This record gives sequence, C-alpha cells and structure tokens, in this order.
Amino acid sequence: MLDTVILIVFAMIGISLLLNVWRLLVGPSVPDRILALDTMYINSIALIILYGINMGTELYFEAALLIAMLGFVSTVAVCKYLLRGDIIE
Amino acid sequence: MRLESRFKWLPAPILSILLFLVWLFLNNSMSNGHLLLAAILAIFIPLATSPFRTKQPLVIKYGLAFRHLLLVLYDIITANFQVAVLILGPTKKLTPGFVKVPLDLTHSMPITILASTVSLTPGTVSAEVYPWREDFKKDEDLEQRFLLIHVLDLKDEQALIDTIKTRYEAPLKEIFQC
Amino acid sequence: MSEWIISILLLIGGAFVLIGSIGLVKMPDFFMRLHGPTKATTLGMASLLIAAMVFFSTTQDSLSVKEILISIFLLLTAPISGYIMIKSAIHHKLESIERTKGKQNIEDDI
Repeated sequence: MLDTVILIVFAMIGISLLLNVWRLLVGPSVPDRILALDTMYINSIALIILYGINMGTELYFEAALLIAMLGFVSTVAVCKYLLRGDIIE
Repeated sequence: MRLESRFKWLPAPILSILLFLVWLFLNNSMSNGHLLLAAILAIFIPLATSPFRTKQPLVIKYGLAFRHLLLVLYDIITANFQVAVLILGPTKKLTPGFVKVPLDLTHSMPITILASTVSLTPGTVSAEVYPWREDFKKDEDLEQRFLLIHVLDLKDEQALIDTIKTRYEAPLKEIFQC
Repeated sequence: MSEWIISILLLIGGAFVLIGSIGLVKMPDFFMRLHGPTKATTLGMASLLIAAMVFFSTTQDSLSVKEILISIFLLLTAPISGYIMIKSAIHHKLESIERTKGKQNIEDDI
C-alpha cells in the first residue's frame, strides 16, 4: 500500500512544482517570482524526503537540510536586494 | 523584564537549550561523547556571540512560555485547515484587508515573536512595524508602535484586533514581564 | 499499523503542499498569494517529515528524530521570509485588488 501512496504523493508534489513554475514564468512582478522560487525550494525538499522514503535510505536528509538553509538565505538575500539595491551594506 | 541572565556563563539559556538539542538531533545519538560535545557547544557559542547581539529581554516564566508554545502549535494546525478551505473555496467572496494593530510590546524580540505567531495563524500575515527605527539603540524609548497585518478574509476588524491582543500578545507580555 | 499512519501523514502532507501551490496560482494579487505558501506548505512539510520520521524509526533499528529539525527550521523561517517578501512588495508599491479594505493603513516607507 505504501508504494501506491508514495506514487500518489509524488504526483501531487510534481503538480505543485509545475504550478510554481507557471507562476515563476507568468508572475507579473518580481516579488511574485521570488515567492514562486521560495515555494519551489520547499517543494523540492518534500520531493527529496519522499525519494528517501521510497529508497529506504536516510542519506538524503543532509541534502534536504542544506537546501532548506540555502533556500531561506537566498530568498532573504534577493528580497534585501529588491529593498535596498544592495545585499551587504 | 530582565535583560541580563542570572549566570554570567550562560547569557542566553533558551539558545543554549536549542543548540544542545539541535546537536543531539543532528547526530541522532545519545552517547556520552555527543552529550559532552553538545554541552560544550551550548555553552561556548552563546558566550562567543553575545557581544555581537543587542540585549533582549529574557524569558522569565518558563511554564507559561511552554504552554503558550503548545497553544500556538494547536492554532497553527487549525489555522492551516481554515486557510486550506479559504483557498479552495471561491476566490470572489474573499475580502482581503490591511489592519493596523496597536502594540503594547516595546522590545524588538517580543515584537518579532508576535509577528511570527501572527504570520503562522489564521489568515493573517504580518507585513510591517510602524514606526520602525533603523538604529536599534533607541529600543528602550516608549513609543506607540503598530503592526500592519494583511488578512485574507476580513470580516470583523475589531474582533480580530482583540483576538490578537488577548490571545497572543497578553501571554507574551506575561512571559517577558514587560 | 505504522504503514497506515505513514500513508495518512504522507497524503495529508502532499495535499497541503498541493493546496499551497494552488493558492499561489489561483489568488488574484500578491498579498493574497502569500497566504498559501507561508501557511499550508509549512504544515504540509511538517506532516511529510513526521511521516519520514515514523518510517525510518520503524524500518531501521534505532529511533530517528533528525527529520524534525527540518520542520522546526521551516517553521521558524517561513514567517521571516514571508515578512521580508511582503516588505519588498510594499516597497515596490504592488497593486492589491480593489476590494482590499484599509489600504490607507499602508504608510510610505523611506
């Protein structure tokens, strides 16, 4: 049963990644695109964790943690650039 | 309110506990070596970084803080179901709005915690704090501040303000005693 | 038994992640779009990671709790990234849809 559920959840996260890509391409303003990117990295963490469950290995945990940290920092850096025109003042 | 910790070698007790737990979780073990290393990190990292940070009020009532944390977690779960229903429902019926909530808190740390709580609970995202000084040295002066929040579905403005003030702000004032 | 718990948690998590992305696409203006990803996605991720925690704790010999770290990290950072994004949106004077109440509450920033 677990295999079927994992497939369904894979499909769900895939669809949400596609929706995010759509917003990234269409998004009328720059903050919209940043929001789409922010959501995309969270969804990719979900995808990695799910792949780890599917393979039955915990090896991917570190990768997920690193993506979480780098994604947050990059979101803040890009927003800071939009706010001030500079990242480190 | 207390800005200085009671022990000089433990400037930020909550940060130390968090570091201790994070190290143990990261290594996923409870062996003696890791316990020792976690304790060393939990003591030395706050000591090394405390000169760089501005003094913020410390948690005084730990029991109340823990209960408030559980309440907020419960609220996050119920809030998510509400937001899911709002998102899946018809978009045309939603009435978004900006609301200004007057704050009684004065220090930046409690205001940050309040803003984060508001962001994670039903249909509200905190947007801005007015007036916000760039120089944090003026942290102590008592000036009426406002929290601007964006509401996804605004029905009753006064009820929302009252909920935020009684449910989230009053316990924070109690916890930090300010 | 644990298989059932894992399946239900996985489905809840996937559903919430999907709802967050639907909100991102469906809502008419930026400020309303922000609500989906900051809330629904956070709980969805927490639920997925708890499912992973239960899975690795039952299939392997030792208890596995480190997945909870990612949930805590996302829970701490989601409001902050939401805050800084809405701040940059206000700074860029993005249009909110017409029926938004209380637009006069937004003050000009420096």
